[in-house]
Amino acid sequence: MIRRLVGDISYRFIRVWQRNLTVFSKTWKVGLAPSLLEPVLYLVAFGAGLGALVGTLHIDGRTVSYIRFIAPALVAVTIMQNAFFENTYSSFVRMYYQKTFDAMLATPLSLADVITGEIVWGATRSAIAATLMLVAITPFGLLSYPSSLLVIPLAFLGGVAFGSAGMWFTGVLPTIDMFNLPVFLFITPMFLFSGTFFPLQNLPQWAQYAALALPLTHLVQITRALTFGRLEPHLLWNLAYLVGFTVMVFPLAMGRMRVRLIA
Amino acid sequence: MRTSPSEQRVVVEAVDLVKSFGDLRAVDGVSFRVEPGLCFGMLGPNGAGKTSTIRMIYGYSPITSGRLEVFGLDVTGQRRAVAQRIGVCQQENNLDPDLTVAENLMVFARYFDIPQAEAATRADEALSFIALAHRRDSGVSELSGGMMRRLVLARALINRPDLLILDEPTTGLDPQARHQVWDRVDELRERGLTVILTTHYMEEAEQLCDRLVIMDHGRILVEGAPTELIREHAGRLVIEITSPRDELRAYVRDKGLPFEDLGHRLLVYGDDNDAVFHRISEDYCDGGCVLRMATLEDVFLKLTGRELRE
Repeated sequence: MIRRLVGDISYRFIRVWQRNLTVFSKTWKVGLAPSLLEPVLYLVAFGAGLGALVGTLHIDGRTVSYIRFIAPALVAVTIMQNAFFENTYSSFVRMYYQKTFDAMLATPLSLADVITGEIVWGATRSAIAATLMLVAITPFGLLSYPSSLLVIPLAFLGGVAFGSAGMWFTGVLPTIDMFNLPVFLFITPMFLFSGTFFPLQNLPQWAQYAALALPLTHLVQITRALTFGRLEPHLLWNLAYLVGFTVMVFPLAMGRMRVRLIA
Repeated sequence: MRTSPSEQRVVVEAVDLVKSFGDLRAVDGVSFRVEPGLCFGMLGPNGAGKTSTIRMIYGYSPITSGRLEVFGLDVTGQRRAVAQRIGVCQQENNLDPDLTVAENLMVFARYFDIPQAEAATRADEALSFIALAHRRDSGVSELSGGMMRRLVLARALINRPDLLILDEPTTGLDPQARHQVWDRVDELRERGLTVILTTHYMEEAEQLCDRLVIMDHGRILVEGAPTELIREHAGRLVIEITSPRDELRAYVRDKGLPFEDLGHRLLVYGDDNDAVFHRISEDYCDGGCVLRMATLEDVFLKLTGRELRE
């Protein structure tokens, strides 16, 4: 049953993940400074700049500063973007231009190993990026510990969810230019309307329901709760949504890639 | 190293093998056997079904119908076990541009679960085999086309395969680079490695292949050793006459000689053409005529026709 849905996955997916890690380990230093500085810039701009206008927010009967409100949302957005961009643009380049997947498929690796390795790598990128952001934001005193440490495994789960979605688009879209479409229709609306920069309660009722269908909404809610240090049972619903989304989208991505590469 | 009789069995056995893509039957019921230690060639124009056939052999694309066994294993059920023992040079240079020359080999070795220490030894061996040891830390994009092809070959050898598959290994190379690749393949053949080669260079097939099939439209037209095929389908010698006159055409027809009329050129095939050649060169040869050995190219063009495949 599982094999019919996702194909022949073996431990060998790690080989694909290792390949990407080998490449990453040669170039990560170039990306390090931006990953640490960018969140700080956002915090200064939105938190200090915009925060001065907004003042404080009342959430679940608590008063929090605007900067404290958006800091976890920025982490969640980073989680989404790292995996999504890794498994769209970067995976597409490996698949289409570099023919890396073709070479892998002439070895004992199966297609399912290759795609799983790519998605797990995308999730790893999310976890690395989230960790760097925690490091950068911690000095501002905006994170409660130790619960904030749980953001790292959460980033991995969120990475698998958004990476699988990205991989589905990689299986469907004919050219690399067309990734503008899912970015415009999927990523940008989520970035703006998932309770990231203002509470969902500020939206009309119907839009609040619509926002609940977006995976980022749930990722933001869990991340925020973890950084606030408020672990509550209703978070399990958010978690269940993310897991459910992944369980649905991962086999769809696998199916599309199978059609695209092997037919 | 001598192989024991039990290992001497057929390397690839295909029976009524079919590959369809929608309505297109890319491979339309082919049967062939590849014997151990031989170089088996697959010739054919573009779209003949060569690449589709070999992709099924190394388990990249599932077979539509028929039977296909490699090393006595069913490729459908035991894809990983089969792939573990095959080395493949695909048509495109799909080396990893994000990695150096040596890293390309090391990372590829991991796909076969070769321990890294062992992989390092093999990578060194492979790099000296293809004369690229001095470029081990270069980026792939800094290499010439011939170097890239050799590196693809080295990469295909990293798992010490029992079967090497070369899909158009010298397409796009200059003559020097092509001969270097041929040399390497020749050496591997002498070591007893079984090789499957697809090509549309007749010279390459004549030089490297012990046996070959000529394919077109997904089917095998003929199979045999290159010299056999030439003798059988083109004879020993060919007379090529430029700008032939109609009297010559009449003469050839009268004599009942096998010939091919290309308009501005006439080809006369035969086993014992010396006498005919003298007659033709004395009486009918104003534009120029040549007596030459028949080649595989004659056979190929005779069987697959001369119209362009685009």
